[in-house]
Amino acid sequence: MKIIKKAQAGTFESSDILILVEPVSGNSGRKIEIDSTVMKEYGESIKELINSCLDSFHIQNIHLIAKDKGALKPTIQARIETALKRASQQ
Amino acid sequence: MLYIPGNNPAMLQQGGVYGADSLLLDLEDAVAINQKDAARILVRNILKEIDFYEAEICVRVNHIDTPFGMEDLEEIVPLQPDAIRFPKTETPEELERLIEIIEKIEDKHNLPHDQMTLHVMIETALGVQNVFDIAKLSKRVDAITIGGQDLTADMNISGTKDGSGIDLARKMIVMAAKANKIDAIDTVFVDVNDDEGLRKETEYSKSIGFTGKAVINPRQIDIIHEVYQPTEEEIRKAYKIIRAFKKNKEAGIGVFSVDGKMVDAPVMARAAYVLELADIDYDSV
Repeated sequence: MKIIKKAQAGTFESSDILILVEPVSGNSGRKIEIDSTVMKEYGESIKELINSCLDSFHIQNIHLIAKDKGALKPTIQARIETALKRASQQ
Repeated sequence: MLYIPGNNPAMLQQGGVYGADSLLLDLEDAVAINQKDAARILVRNILKEIDFYEAEICVRVNHIDTPFGMEDLEEIVPLQPDAIRFPKTETPEELERLIEIIEKIEDKHNLPHDQMTLHVMIETALGVQNVFDIAKLSKRVDAITIGGQDLTADMNISGTKDGSGIDLARKMIVMAAKANKIDAIDTVFVDVNDDEGLRKETEYSKSIGFTGKAVINPRQIDIIHEVYQPTEEEIRKAYKIIRAFKKNKEAGIGVFSVDGKMVDAPVMARAAYVLELADIDYDSV
């Protein structure tokens, strides 16, 4: 999958997460920014989950911003997948 | 049956705790056009990971003639929820087309054709006219439901609290369901602040033969359960009838009386249904 444009998925509602993605130039890697209401407790596991989603879509270079309001794993995965698919479509 | 918007993670993940007998995860009218992709992926993930306890799980997909229906089916059918709800069904031919598509997907994933059932929604005047043929088309159809809002719009009438404009449709749908021995589920009551109105409409639904009612808000569930549950008096009477039937059967007597009223096969069937609704095992009586 190739990220060709900016896209977003999700909302600021409770139990949801807003994911914003955009392409980066060349091989500058993954730049991931996370802001969560449960950052202290789950910040690391959210980051791991985001990285594992990006791995599964073979994305190495991306800028991803996550604004989390206590979303569960299936929701986080769903919002990332949606944002990535939107960002890869012409 | 509680409607849950397919793009609402909070409601989806809590679906099992509301106490509804059945949950309808909605990819159709409750989801904005530009969020159809997000809802589809979210519902798919939620189905894989969230425990809904005892609730029956039904997913309402978009119609196969919309740009979203096929993708909905490709994502949801492999997960085999208890049922797929198909909206705006108008003819047996389109239902046949849906079943073909579903069974192709099931074949692709080595899944059986006899596990997941279909709930068919009747929401147009044409659908109402064809409802008997739709209901009898396939053994996979185990419930017919009426979509009151869309039907009212299709008929170009204003919705009224007494539902008089769609009364004939309600009765035709119930009759088609009964004739095919499947469930009939009534439409939602949209005013969530009118508990008495909800109770009145549910009592009417039950009286004309609907086996359940859809709700749009969890706070409506208790009232519907109260109306549909048999009363203590009905349960006592049914218990008495079944006991008397078993006793008379041993003595070889076919028709007998309980409290001065004749009991025959239809009365027996009704008593057995009351016990079933009350979760009382027939054999334990």
